[in-house]
Amino acid sequence: MSSITETRPTERSVSLGGRPAVRPAPAVSVGSAVRTAGRVAGAVVTRTIAIGLLALVWEIFPRLGLVDATFLPPLSEVLVAWWDLLLSGELWAHTEASLTRSAAGFGLAILIAVPLGLLIGWYSPVANLLNPLLEVFRNTAALAILPVFVLILGLGETSKISIILYGCTWPILLNTVSGVRTVDPLLIKSARSLGLGPIRLFQKVVLPAAVPTIFTGIRLAGAASILILIAAEMVGAKAGLGYLINYAQYNFAVSDMYAGIITISAIGLLVNQLLIVTERRFSTWRTN
Amino acid sequence: MTTEPKIRFESVGKTFNARGKTVTALQDINLDVRDGEFLVIVGPSGCGKSTLLDLLGGLSDISSGRILVDGKPVTGPGLDRGIVFQQYALLPWRTAQGNVEFGLEAKGVSRRERAAKAREYLDLVGLAGFHDRYPHELSGGMKQRVAIARSLAFDPDVLLMDEPFAALDAQTRDGLQDELLRIWEKTGKTIVFITHGIEEAVYLGQRVAVLTSRPGRIKQVVEVPIDARSATEDLRSDPQFAHYRHEIWSLLRDEVDRARNEELKINV
Repeated sequence: MSSITETRPTERSVSLGGRPAVRPAPAVSVGSAVRTAGRVAGAVVTRTIAIGLLALVWEIFPRLGLVDATFLPPLSEVLVAWWDLLLSGELWAHTEASLTRSAAGFGLAILIAVPLGLLIGWYSPVANLLNPLLEVFRNTAALAILPVFVLILGLGETSKISIILYGCTWPILLNTVSGVRTVDPLLIKSARSLGLGPIRLFQKVVLPAAVPTIFTGIRLAGAASILILIAAEMVGAKAGLGYLINYAQYNFAVSDMYAGIITISAIGLLVNQLLIVTERRFSTWRTN
Repeated sequence: MTTEPKIRFESVGKTFNARGKTVTALQDINLDVRDGEFLVIVGPSGCGKSTLLDLLGGLSDISSGRILVDGKPVTGPGLDRGIVFQQYALLPWRTAQGNVEFGLEAKGVSRRERAAKAREYLDLVGLAGFHDRYPHELSGGMKQRVAIARSLAFDPDVLLMDEPFAALDAQTRDGLQDELLRIWEKTGKTIVFITHGIEEAVYLGQRVAVLTSRPGRIKQVVEVPIDARSATEDLRSDPQFAHYRHEIWSLLRDEVDRARNEELKINV
């Protein structure tokens, strides 16, 4: 691996950690080290300044009465509510319920959509036949179909996991199909000239070439899984972060509601970051 | 000495169907290639040079006639023929070493032997120390060296090269031409090399087959009896070299003109 690809993630992880690297480097180090530290600190500032500003506005505006503190309590109060929810174990119970559903739907979608996509992509007549249908389903918002799922599968876990599974399937399926279909024809030609049969060709050329595209689909599905999850939990659930947010709003526990929202956005960020890192691991060769 | 040629084209023709029209890409190609010979095929762009190589490589079907390798007709790809493509065709997710091993996997060579062979051939093409580099970390010339190593590693009798140096800059190209001659002399392979460069053709080929513009036919085969090319200090400024260069240039000029006129006619 080149030094270029190695340094990139390191820089990123530093800025992600959000550690204030403002402290000057020890006197022994040379000017370049100081400059590097300065650049890293600069990057950290650039990356966090907007979020910091938002937090500040959230804290100050309700206190100054610029917005109604009843509907938007200051950030510090929300954080206190979040902490209380955490200590009582309530937050974890809801998060666990949510993550279980999300992971189940997302995982099942990967297990179903990747093999199916490989199959469809490899046999181009099948792909041509099914593609219009796939486009229709993909462009039908999962949430529009949610009532259908509830109608057929009831209000239990099955319908929730099914709707997540449904929403996650399309991005993975479509990306897998296109990943298989857009493999460089020259690579296939060259592999054929080396005497590879169709099975070996698929295993050694088509599959590895499609992996980055498949992972893009998986990352999109990961984001979708969280989105759909919350909506599904707002319809007749007894646990989960979506339920927490909705329930808190009904009972006018506004701070709890915001605590739930913050948690879900943190989870979303975390999942996305995790998937980006995984995606990059599998497609380092694509950077050229 | 046997008189049987290594490769024989017997009135080979190839037609395509393009938008309902039948296009003749190649017509009545008759050509023998001797064992261990370095033959260059040169022709104007679009004359079907690459098609000819695809047919020889078994990558597409012949419309008429047949191609014999060692007296046996070509019916599909085989490990007796290795192909080097202009765009390298390396697997971007594999290192140089992994790419060279790729050809050996199809042949069913054991893992240990694959690694040893790959190392040996990467060294042969001058890439010692670059084994664990990925294609995107290598220059164009280095990528083509990997591709050549890959084609040599599974030890085919015949090396087919489809404008392998066309995408490279002039200096890299000159260097690789010398390298290729050295490898050819060392390994004794039969090489069929396709190019549109006249200098390249004269520099490399023991014989140069000039193709006509579409439909591609053999216009003439020019013998280039320059011995010990790699030993000559500056072959390109040799008067002999200039003589053959001019001969092939004259043969090609008419074809290039004809191809251009036809192109204009189509576009009008």
